[in-house]
Amino acid sequence: MKLTVWTYEGPPHVGAMRVATAMKGLHYVLHAPQGDTYADLLFTMIERRNHRPPVTYTTFQARDLGSDTAQLFQDACQGAYDRFKPEAMIVGASCTAELIQDDPGGLSELMGLPIPVIALELPSYQRKENFGADETFFQIVRNLAKPVERTARISCNILGATALGFRHRDDIQELTALLYDIGVDVNVVAPLDATPTDITRMGAAHFNVLLYPETGEAAARWLEREFKQPYTKVVPIGVNATRDFLAEVAGLTGLPCRADESRLRLPWYSQSVDSTYLTGKRVFIFGDATHVIAATRIAREEMGFEVAGIGCYNREHARQVRSLAKEIGVEALITDDYLEVEQTIEALQPEMILGTQMERHIGKRLGIPCAVISSPVHVQDFPARYSPQVGFEGANVIFDTWVHPLVMGLEEHLLHMFRDDFEFNDEAGPSHHGGHAPAASAQGGAAPRPAAPPRDISEPEKVESGEIIWLDCAQKELKKIPFFVRGKAKRNTESFATSKSVREISVETLYEAKAYYAR
Amino acid sequence: MNDLAPVPAAKGCRETPILKERGQREVFCGLTGIIWLHRKMQDAFFLVVGSRTCAHLLQSAAGVMIFAEPRFATAILEEGDLAGLNDAHDELDREVGRLLARRPDIRQLFLVGSCPSEVIKLDLSRAAERLTEVYAPKVRVLNYSGSGIETTFTQGEDACLASMVPVLPATDRRELLVVGALPDVCEDQLMELLNGFGIDTIRCLPARSIEADVTVGPNTVFALMQPFLGDTKEALERRGARHLPAPFPFGEQGTTAWLRVIADEFNVSDEVFEAVTRAPRDRARRAIAQAAENLNGKSVFFFPDSQLEIPLARFLTRECGMTAIEVGSPFIHQGIVGPDLDLLAEGPIISEGQDVDLQLDRARAARPDLTVCGLGLANPLEADGLSTKWAIELVFTPVHFYEQAGDLAGLFSRPLRRKGLVAGLSPRLEAAE
Repeated sequence: MKLTVWTYEGPPHVGAMRVATAMKGLHYVLHAPQGDTYADLLFTMIERRNHRPPVTYTTFQARDLGSDTAQLFQDACQGAYDRFKPEAMIVGASCTAELIQDDPGGLSELMGLPIPVIALELPSYQRKENFGADETFFQIVRNLAKPVERTARISCNILGATALGFRHRDDIQELTALLYDIGVDVNVVAPLDATPTDITRMGAAHFNVLLYPETGEAAARWLEREFKQPYTKVVPIGVNATRDFLAEVAGLTGLPCRADESRLRLPWYSQSVDSTYLTGKRVFIFGDATHVIAATRIAREEMGFEVAGIGCYNREHARQVRSLAKEIGVEALITDDYLEVEQTIEALQPEMILGTQMERHIGKRLGIPCAVISSPVHVQDFPARYSPQVGFEGANVIFDTWVHPLVMGLEEHLLHMFRDDFEFNDEAGPSHHGGHAPAASAQGGAAPRPAAPPRDISEPEKVESGEIIWLDCAQKELKKIPFFVRGKAKRNTESFATSKSVREISVETLYEAKAYYAR
Repeated sequence: MNDLAPVPAAKGCRETPILKERGQREVFCGLTGIIWLHRKMQDAFFLVVGSRTCAHLLQSAAGVMIFAEPRFATAILEEGDLAGLNDAHDELDREVGRLLARRPDIRQLFLVGSCPSEVIKLDLSRAAERLTEVYAPKVRVLNYSGSGIETTFTQGEDACLASMVPVLPATDRRELLVVGALPDVCEDQLMELLNGFGIDTIRCLPARSIEADVTVGPNTVFALMQPFLGDTKEALERRGARHLPAPFPFGEQGTTAWLRVIADEFNVSDEVFEAVTRAPRDRARRAIAQAAENLNGKSVFFFPDSQLEIPLARFLTRECGMTAIEVGSPFIHQGIVGPDLDLLAEGPIISEGQDVDLQLDRARAARPDLTVCGLGLANPLEADGLSTKWAIELVFTPVHFYEQAGDLAGLFSRPLRRKGLVAGLSPRLEAAE
């Protein structure tokens, strides 16, 4: 038993869902109890997908356990086939179904469905999400890819992009353009947006780009062995890594591989004087191994940061992170225990964290700025704008993303100059992050102001606001309102009171105002 | 004061045949309740004994909805625990020991069963008894199951509260017990109203802390504030308490009807009732009227989620002028939602359970103006051009009683207002030459 508060990775069947949801024309029948459907919302809410993941859950309940859960599974398979008519299906069990040992693979085989049905064995009590995605993609490739003739022009497959991946959508677009630029066609991108039919013709590529080793390495190795397709080892995230990647592709293809760098801005931005303030900023880097390795190089070679520590949560790729840590003379933290990461950050006291959504929370608590560089993701990691990490545009995006949480150069200088003035204070933070605008004016508190930030909760509220008095009881009532709407409620109540010429706000006034503004 | 009681529909839905479905259910399991229960009981810790999936569910549910220092965690079963290599009970004792050492503020510990712990038949009640002996009187250890094979979403709260009932101290006093974990702001408003009636021996289950002496006995009467508390109701009845059936306190009419049942039980005069409720009732009506402008004449379709569906359909149809097409609920306890069914005019399909694909077919065919559904379905339906309201917000937001009635209507009207505001964004169809 292992006590877990927050986890970096979900269970392996969620990894399989990331592959199924990324692909088209594939359906996943998952033997799972009621409630496991929660995973759908990762895709529909966090990633804002406009369709349901192509997953049918058998939804067994306690009363089914005594009877025939195997029949339930077969019915779900048949129902899914009839309704969705997929080109291929994957079948497997979630953690609970694994315990009842119904053997989804064997059961589906007996049904004789007229499409390929691929059985997944994902040990839920040993492995995690990335393994689940890697293994699922590998099984799909192993079962569907056939030897085919190479394309006439030099082409490659891009491996590893999944649903719910950190910037995978934009990375693929950027990488495809970069490859086109150097004269390499993209044969198949998989799993993202690939159909089972696309998988069958993966053998036509001359080589593979292993973009995300966490979710594509097993397939890349198999394709190398079976189809003699070499795969790239450098992940093109960062200026220098992108240049190295191009050199690697040149080596594989014999093409000159010179890419257009005219839109690449990171080098100049990093060299320009405002960036002086970035010099030697101490950063702690944590995430999946691939993104940590890339970020470490960018931090040191391209941003001029000092790397205070690095680590990753996926043990499968820990070796490279360990050797990189050794090379740069820091400790490698290999753990999936969030509390351990927090302790390490607390001890190292970096000036910035480059991490995941989990470290963003740690950063909030410790008051350390954080930029997100890796999964696990949240809704803000799927921005509307184009924001790849890969290639030259990716480097531009990374520069902006990392600098954003910090105080800009000239501003830092000014803050320092005026730190003792009462208008300023050191704690204020960068002016481009809301929550620091001037307080409401004395004339009725109508000045626009962002809602109170969380840390204001514990601070005593001023009882007087202009000429309006908040009675104790109303003040207490106001505090019960969730902090993120409290500012608005306060303003509304005060302008309501002003409009009614009420000078003292009681609980009654508060709710009169609430009813008045109800929408 | 008959004008205060809502007039039952000419023919309500109590006798309507229920469409019972069974198939894929797009719902949360009972573990999800931990997200709001741990906020309510500030001295309680919820330890799920389960798998990585359970931890991931809690994180995903919490991550989408709140950010908080958690007073919940998952003891993840590992290969060794399953193969019987380790005695799972020893492992559990060790983890609980560490946890309680690290969190001395914890006074109540809930061991929460999950699908895997149920399937391997890990006896958490035994563990709870044993651990209570070790940590009493400082910490009370209870257990319940939030597993998906036994509980659907809000049933987790029911199971949790039901687990507390047997250990409540006995009393012979005549007391009113109000049951259900509501946000403090709602609970405080309720206390104001009930104190106004002159009722002063009121207890809440769950209480905010273990220090509050909640008692129960044959002279206790109780009112449910949430419709999903069937097991808790039965547990309280076993302790001799008497249930006061009433429509649920959503909207002005629902709140009035609910309060009326309590007022009648405690012989509150009509004058007092009127004096206490007149102003908030009036405010609620005005607030609803404003928010309901966008709802009037529109149709609504409920996917099953929290068991709040029937009372909410009653509110939307009677107080906001909507028409219900289908009202789906994971479970229908006639003994609990009966009064709401009486007030819900005949017409909608009343469905229990779910086969999500069939239900989606019905929703797409009916094209309701508003569909109330879970987070997994909302964006896909929006992409089909339907307006949706996430059901989960109805459980997390203060929506009970008079002062929240306008907010409740607002939760439903906002998606429709929004659709109107951004209507110009839809792709423009250029006329062919």
